[in-house]
Amino acid sequence: MATVPALEKPPVVLAETPAVRPRQGWRKYWHLYAAISPFYLLFLAFGLIPVGFSLYLSFHRWDGLGSMEWAGLSQYRYLVSDSDFWSSIGNTLIIWALATFPMIFLAMVTAVLLNSAVRFKNVYRFAYFLPNVTSVVAIAIVFGSVFSTNFGLVNALLRAVGLDQVAWLNTPWGIKVAIATLMTWQWVGYNAIIFLAGLQTVPGELYEAARMDGAGPVQTFFRITLPLLRPTLLFVLVVSTVTGLQSFTEAQVLLQNTSNDSTFSGGPDHAGRTMVLYFFQQTFDNNDFGYGAAVAWGIFLVVVIFSIINWRLVQRRDED
Amino acid sequence: MASVQDTKSSRGIRGVRGRGIALHAVLVIGLLLSAFPFYWAIIMSTHTSTEIFSYPPKLLPGSHFLQNVRSLFDNVDFFGSMVNSLLVACAVTFLVLLFDSLAAFVFAKFEFPGRRALFVVLMAIFMVPTQMAIIPQFVIMAKVGWIGSMTALIVPAAANAFGIFWMRQYMRSAIHDELLDASKIDGASFLRQYWHVALPVVRPGLAFLGIFTFMAQWNDYAWPLIALTNPDNVTLQVALSQLNGVHGTTDYGMVMTGALLALVPLLIVFAIGARQIIGDLGKGAIR
Repeated sequence: MATVPALEKPPVVLAETPAVRPRQGWRKYWHLYAAISPFYLLFLAFGLIPVGFSLYLSFHRWDGLGSMEWAGLSQYRYLVSDSDFWSSIGNTLIIWALATFPMIFLAMVTAVLLNSAVRFKNVYRFAYFLPNVTSVVAIAIVFGSVFSTNFGLVNALLRAVGLDQVAWLNTPWGIKVAIATLMTWQWVGYNAIIFLAGLQTVPGELYEAARMDGAGPVQTFFRITLPLLRPTLLFVLVVSTVTGLQSFTEAQVLLQNTSNDSTFSGGPDHAGRTMVLYFFQQTFDNNDFGYGAAVAWGIFLVVVIFSIINWRLVQRRDED
Repeated sequence: MASVQDTKSSRGIRGVRGRGIALHAVLVIGLLLSAFPFYWAIIMSTHTSTEIFSYPPKLLPGSHFLQNVRSLFDNVDFFGSMVNSLLVACAVTFLVLLFDSLAAFVFAKFEFPGRRALFVVLMAIFMVPTQMAIIPQFVIMAKVGWIGSMTALIVPAAANAFGIFWMRQYMRSAIHDELLDASKIDGASFLRQYWHVALPVVRPGLAFLGIFTFMAQWNDYAWPLIALTNPDNVTLQVALSQLNGVHGTTDYGMVMTGALLALVPLLIVFAIGARQIIGDLGKGAIR
């Protein structure tokens, strides 16, 4: 290993790279640029240009076929006063909250239990993870039957205990509860495994010390586990927000046959019409590509705002 | 786990065993809740619609499975859709593994002008929501003539920011610099280093990314729904949704059979890679 010190030199050489003349640099590094180029080329063609084009489009009226017509800010002005868009934001947030908070709670409980159960841990992890790899289309079909008014299992249970049936997929709250239940079912196991990984980084001595000081399990959880789990919680919350606010498939498949004229209607009274569903409806049902682009930017803004709020909430407590 | 063992002495064997049983009881309830929709789908796939619509609901398997399979094949080109799904998922997985690992190798182990800026761009792309690009993508694809074909699904998905970022993190710790430097002294070219030094040691990482990509692609729905404009030439998820979407005439037994059969390839892939997926998912999150 006598050569090792010599081999550690490259970083020094690298630090000098700015001194290399550009043309020489290109010749020297062309293979590196070539190796990373597929992603950037694809991104240019299917990411950057489309996003730019979508911004351009949002200032025009266009049905996708004819010629574009300059519309200035009028579509954004309309978006701000579009009660359908606002109600789709409301629907999305209600469904997100109904799904996310129970999901995070159940995932944490599951992770803490798994962390202390030594036996069969792998069996549990496999089974809990299974819902997450299943396609949302298949899950939505199954949940559609579970929540069906006439023959659904949930109503059969209600009937068995003598309660009134609920027309789950026909009432505004029923629709939201059904979608949120589906999402919770799909994501509890996934996030439990992420929390479990976070828990396993907590040193065992800390729990030991807490027990010595006479702390009970609840106290231990709130004083030790939860604070140390904060980075993991932030990760889970941010991912759940970004994906949850852009939910589409659950509501689309669950409610697609409740309306004759649009598969993106979101059910009776549009109670399950999320923001992205509204975007699809405006764009591909109404062929209003220009307004659709404006809606897409509206959604982007909402997602950014909530991501920042999330981040601030968890960060703020860190500084205290 | 030492702390769990230690409690034995302080609380007595009996108390620990009681707690252990209670713990497993709760975990088993959770397991049943996770598994129940699968069981329910199996039950429904074995019954006729009349049986499904009756009360009380059937909780045990019936004998109508084969009839449901037959009416599924009569109503939708199940195998054609499955071939499409397999084609798309396999092609995307192969391309993603190749392009992402190449780019990740460069970002993890090499210095070059513009590296930092390019990586920042990559991370920014990670954050851009996909529906921003859907309309223009649709328009571009229509111009190129890819709308309605599987090419429209494969090409845009052939490399992604998540995979590059994830593989870079993996490669930074997995590939030792001494090994690379030694191969450089031996006169190995960049591609040789990639193929003979980098790839062999990051195989577990490739397995994770590959399985993850395959499953995501297999389950993808929103973009195929828009891009595959010919209802007779679609992927499995879109075909399933078509089955379910017929207004008022849903044959639940048949639809459930389709949903179950569509799961089979996915479950095979998941069973092969479960350990990898579940293990690495956690590592990635806390890194």
